Amino acid sequence: MTDAALSVSAAPDARSSLPVRALRAVASRLVIIVPYAWLLVFFLIPFVIVFKISLSQTAIAMPPYTPVLGFGEGIGGFWSQLKELSFENYLWLTDDPLYFNAYLSSVWIAGISTILALAVGYPIAYGMARAPTALRPTLLMLVILPFWTSFLIRVYAWIGILKPEGLLNQLLLSTGIIHQPLVILNTHTAIFIGIVYSYLPFMILPLYSSLEKMDYSLIEAAQDLGCPPTSAFWKITFPLSLPGVIAGCMLVFIPAVGEFVIPDLLGGSQTLMIGRTLWNEFFANRDWPVSSAVAVILLLLLIVPIMIFQSAQARAQEQSK
Amino acid sequence: MVRKLIALSAATAVAAVLSLSASAQERVVNVYNWSDYIDESVIEEFTKETGIKVVYDVFDSNEILETKLLAGGSGYDVVVPTGNFLARQIQAGVFQKLDKSKLPNLVNMWDIVSERTAKYDPGNEYSINYMWGTVGIGYNQKKVQEALGIDKIDSWDVFFNPEKLSKLADCGVYILDSPTDIFPTALRYLGIDTESTAPEDLAKAEEALMKVRPYIRKFHSSEYINALANGDICLAIGWSGDVFQARDRAAEADQGVVVDYVVPKEGAEMWFDQLAIPADAPHVEEAHEFLNFMMKPEVIAKASNYIFYANGNKASQAFIDKEILDDPAIFPDEAALATLFTVSPYDPKTQRVVTRAWTKIVTGQ
Repeated sequence: MTDAALSVSAAPDARSSLPVRALRAVASRLVIIVPYAWLLVFFLIPFVIVFKISLSQTAIAMPPYTPVLGFGEGIGGFWSQLKELSFENYLWLTDDPLYFNAYLSSVWIAGISTILALAVGYPIAYGMARAPTALRPTLLMLVILPFWTSFLIRVYAWIGILKPEGLLNQLLLSTGIIHQPLVILNTHTAIFIGIVYSYLPFMILPLYSSLEKMDYSLIEAAQDLGCPPTSAFWKITFPLSLPGVIAGCMLVFIPAVGEFVIPDLLGGSQTLMIGRTLWNEFFANRDWPVSSAVAVILLLLLIVPIMIFQSAQARAQEQSK
Repeated sequence: MVRKLIALSAATAVAAVLSLSASAQERVVNVYNWSDYIDESVIEEFTKETGIKVVYDVFDSNEILETKLLAGGSGYDVVVPTGNFLARQIQAGVFQKLDKSKLPNLVNMWDIVSERTAKYDPGNEYSINYMWGTVGIGYNQKKVQEALGIDKIDSWDVFFNPEKLSKLADCGVYILDSPTDIFPTALRYLGIDTESTAPEDLAKAEEALMKVRPYIRKFHSSEYINALANGDICLAIGWSGDVFQARDRAAEADQGVVVDYVVPKEGAEMWFDQLAIPADAPHVEEAHEFLNFMMKPEVIAKASNYIFYANGNKASQAFIDKEILDDPAIFPDEAALATLFTVSPYDPKTQRVVTRAWTKIVTGQ
């Protein structure tokens, strides 16, 4: 991977003299080390630790699992331990429909939320991108502004809004739109509202950046040629904003799948999500190995959409060249 | 709730800053206790008397505490796990033995309680009792009277009988989100040994809970305090002192809500929250001083008067408010004491079965 990246960056320098090229190669190698070191320290090593725990067994000890793959007994000991590794915890996950159902319902909830966020976020991003240039920084600021308040407080605020005697119901009752308070809190609807609200900026920002770059003379040309605005949108604007749509959807979908706080606070007890299952394994069962296995599977489940996202981005970059 | 959370995170931040700035000459003790579980003035008094600064942090479930302790290096000097959790943690090597020579106030402890806590901590070598209580039924008198036509609840039947509970469903039923408390209770109602870990017995308890599941609005371990006090719900299975706090808040608000607590005649679980010192505590000396201070009769009585829980300190009873001391729901008499049962920690396999069953019950699937 490193070599491939290097050869790409070195290619334009083909005409430079040899020592300069060598120096540049070293420099670019150094630059490239930083992100790789970052990934190694904050992603790969933690993942290896989690994976290692997922292969062990629970024990009444501190920490509560049997050590696996230690180097305490030398290389020979390491090899004999390697032979004893068991994937029992993974088999366990397939035994019980609980885990499968939890994954499924997490993906389902995250999927619906993503579609809703897209439906809400697209018009906003479009409006921002078409707004006068002087106004755009202010609009961007407004999108980012909610981050200045703690995420937890904002989710708690939704409890106050959505509860039976909350602000929303009071408003609707006093205006005579409804006569019975709506039950929203502790339902799936509340979870959707919470996720869409919390992750909307992550949808809007990439959409905005791809819509802003768009060349609007294309739309004018379409209109000159007699294309009605709706089909001009679907034939030109939307396809051109597709990288933004994909980026936005991934940024909402991926964290929403593993979301724990929003379903816990806004959802009812009937909501089964993988975040909660993980919590149960870790805290209630004290079964760090099984919860690690759940986490590893969740990661694998999420890596697929991330890879789709990556390849879409790579394609978009190709196109823009 | 929001305010509590802000206060909580602020407390944590302060704790972090304090523990960083605590220099060698400044004596500190890091205490990790349940939320809403002490009279704050007790802490101030301790600092005034000993010059030791208390960094006080709170949790609201045994699971959270246990995970921190098992991960090691929690930095806490005094923690307060419940008996059945404590037993397993002792086994895992989480705690250090108390140096009883530094705890002269041990003479004040109550043998009736110490005998029972020895079940979790043989010889009481690792812990002393802080508070104890029961898992019973808290209810809104007026609403229950309207729905069921009875003045007083006296049996678990009101909860485990689907016919009766269905009549209360509309006005709201909450139960503790704590299988380790609810499962033994269900077993007791069914007349099965509360210590049983036989799969068929646990299945029976699960079945009994499943039957009433449609009428339970929420599984939560602290929200019922406010819900009962505000009159939002009419019945909750909860911890005794929490229900008394709800009763008190309702009386203060004076909105006509009357909350009562009952230890049903079939018996109820008796639990013990124990003060203990982690093996890797950074301030062992100060922790012992804190423990010894908490065993002073007038100090622990003050805490009991504030949080409505009985403590395990015999000598403190002279300082406890009469209304609390004479309340059989807080200090049960001999006959009631005989119906109470204690529960042992589950082995990992049983724990798994119980948690799995609990997930099924809570999600209604």
